[in-house]
Amino acid sequence: MTPLEKVEGRAIPLGLKNVDTDVIIPAHWLKTTSREGMGRGAFESLRADPDNLFDRPENKGAPILIAGDNFGCGSSREHAAWALGDLGIRVVIAPSYSDIFSGNAVKNGILPVVLPQAAVDRLIEVAATDPIQVDLDTQTVTTPFQDRFTFEIDPFRKMCLLGGLDEISLTEKSGGAIDAYEAKLAAERPWLQPALTE
Amino acid sequence: MTRPRTLYEKIWDAHVVEQRPDGTCLIFIDRHLVHEVTSPQAFAGLRASGRTVRRPDLTLAVPDHNLPTTARRDAAGNRLPIADPESAAQLAALEKNAPEYGIRYIDAVAPEQGIVHVVGPEQGFSLPGTTIVCGDSHTACHGGIGALAFGIGTSEVEHVLATQTLLLQPAKTMEVRVDGDVGPGVSAKDIILHITGVIGAAGGTGHVIEYTGSAIRGLSIEGRLTVSNMAIEGGARAGLIAPDDVTFAYLKGRPYAPKGADWEAAVAYWRSLATDPGASYDKTVVIDAADIAPSVTWGTSPEDVVPITGIVPDPASFADPSKQAAAAKSLAYMGLEPGTRMQDVAIENIFIGSCTNSRIEDMRAAAAVIKGRKKADNVRWAIVVPGSGLVKAQAEAEGLDRIFIDAGLEWREPGCSACLAMNPDKVPAGERCASTSNRNFVGRQGPGSRTHLVSPAMAAAAAVTGKLTDVRELMG
Repeated sequence: MTPLEKVEGRAIPLGLKNVDTDVIIPAHWLKTTSREGMGRGAFESLRADPDNLFDRPENKGAPILIAGDNFGCGSSREHAAWALGDLGIRVVIAPSYSDIFSGNAVKNGILPVVLPQAAVDRLIEVAATDPIQVDLDTQTVTTPFQDRFTFEIDPFRKMCLLGGLDEISLTEKSGGAIDAYEAKLAAERPWLQPALTE
Repeated sequence: MTRPRTLYEKIWDAHVVEQRPDGTCLIFIDRHLVHEVTSPQAFAGLRASGRTVRRPDLTLAVPDHNLPTTARRDAAGNRLPIADPESAAQLAALEKNAPEYGIRYIDAVAPEQGIVHVVGPEQGFSLPGTTIVCGDSHTACHGGIGALAFGIGTSEVEHVLATQTLLLQPAKTMEVRVDGDVGPGVSAKDIILHITGVIGAAGGTGHVIEYTGSAIRGLSIEGRLTVSNMAIEGGARAGLIAPDDVTFAYLKGRPYAPKGADWEAAVAYWRSLATDPGASYDKTVVIDAADIAPSVTWGTSPEDVVPITGIVPDPASFADPSKQAAAAKSLAYMGLEPGTRMQDVAIENIFIGSCTNSRIEDMRAAAAVIKGRKKADNVRWAIVVPGSGLVKAQAEAEGLDRIFIDAGLEWREPGCSACLAMNPDKVPAGERCASTSNRNFVGRQGPGSRTHLVSPAMAAAAAVTGKLTDVRELMG
């Protein structure tokens, strides 16, 4: 995973509420065994409109997306995060996210920034003409007009994003604790082992 | 004396392997369900890093999303190929990955094949008090038997395969209590649609919802699975319903369920899980069951719910400006005018199926309405898709398939079908579908498709009248 600290550039001012993962990447793009190339299907229904935000020349390769409440709701498909990553998006800014999407985003080096609606509205206004800066280390979003918004992030997620860390390797360090838990479980709740009557 | 705890807290506490200083916990996963769509990249990740599956014995794989629901064998009994090459490749990947890693695999033509969330409880693989994950957001379903079950992304699928754990922050708790009894024609689906309308699509974000109250207690396991299935449509990653005698009676004797003395020990443990008197939730929502009518969605978010006796709302009637904009966009997509009576909306397609509503009771409820009637002429396509091979066999033993077929509906093979437009079952652009599935998102049932979420009985009613219909008017 590519580490993420500072991101500066154009922000796509999508701004819609309840953007679900079927909108981010429709199911027919999920018929693949690879993580690559999802950007082609990203926001397909919105991009059917020739004047859509994503395909405007100034927004090509924009690293930031600004959205409304409950971004990434619906399906757990991580393909949504892969699709955003393939479009070049490293930061999403919204008032709230679905729990599953925000987790998937972080695991793919995409930072979900949570800001109040008023700040999001201001950033949408700025994004029409100017770039936006996001600094994960200081947890701030700034604009060329001296706007400065700070955001909260779970420390573990921050560490993973800053370091580009692989969670499985981290968990494997707890192998001993998992062994001990499994031994305790086998003693206390032996019936949990799936029975099989075949 | 220990602090009173909720059902969620008890299950969580019993699964903490390790707690980090920042509050993140390493949580043990008791059951991992795997399907073909969200797993290939996880297996590829394992292969690339040289890792193995830590607990294949706690993992069960079954194909469901991509499978066509037409016949799977020819007249001679040979397996028919999957026409779509991408779907075929994805299905073949699961068929290869599962045995390679020692994972139990139910193949596409096995008698017990079905939608993963129907198969888990039906096989007794899903049990109360367990943690269950699957790379699918409707894993919330298994909360209907009292399991802490939630959907995960593919990176987490790989994490669980490799370590049998997940790194999680504890969720907040939310109680949704439905007091009283529902009226005639009101099903579990109407209860959860109504709840979603009340709390909103993000109402449960960051929470696990426990459904309580007499209307929930009175539901069968099939009904409880329907309610918990759609916890995610209210933003909650998981739903929970405390296990009770109804749960135990449902699970007893199922293939993977504990047997003999193990069964008695398991039941004793499960009985200890109910939320303690005096335990508190972070949030409580109380709903009067008498307020719940047969319900239907009008827009493109599952929160867009009205009673069937209602009208299409005016976007200006919403207080929140962003909801006004979203509603206007939804109505343009749905081709609906504010003020239209829901019962005047004509329907061209009917889908009875999905992990929300494809169990035997759903089949019975739909058949009871269809019996002795015919599909309306303007209904172009109407399919009934049982949730598993076992549901299909049971329905056929009861003669339900004949009722559907005689009325002009199609009786299909088990799978996810028209819930998500990944297999050949799709709703054409611009056409409406009365659907028993869980999502009315833009393009969910196919590009340009217009979905109205309803119960099985309501979908059956729409099939025979050709428009959205109050099923109570068709009940004797």
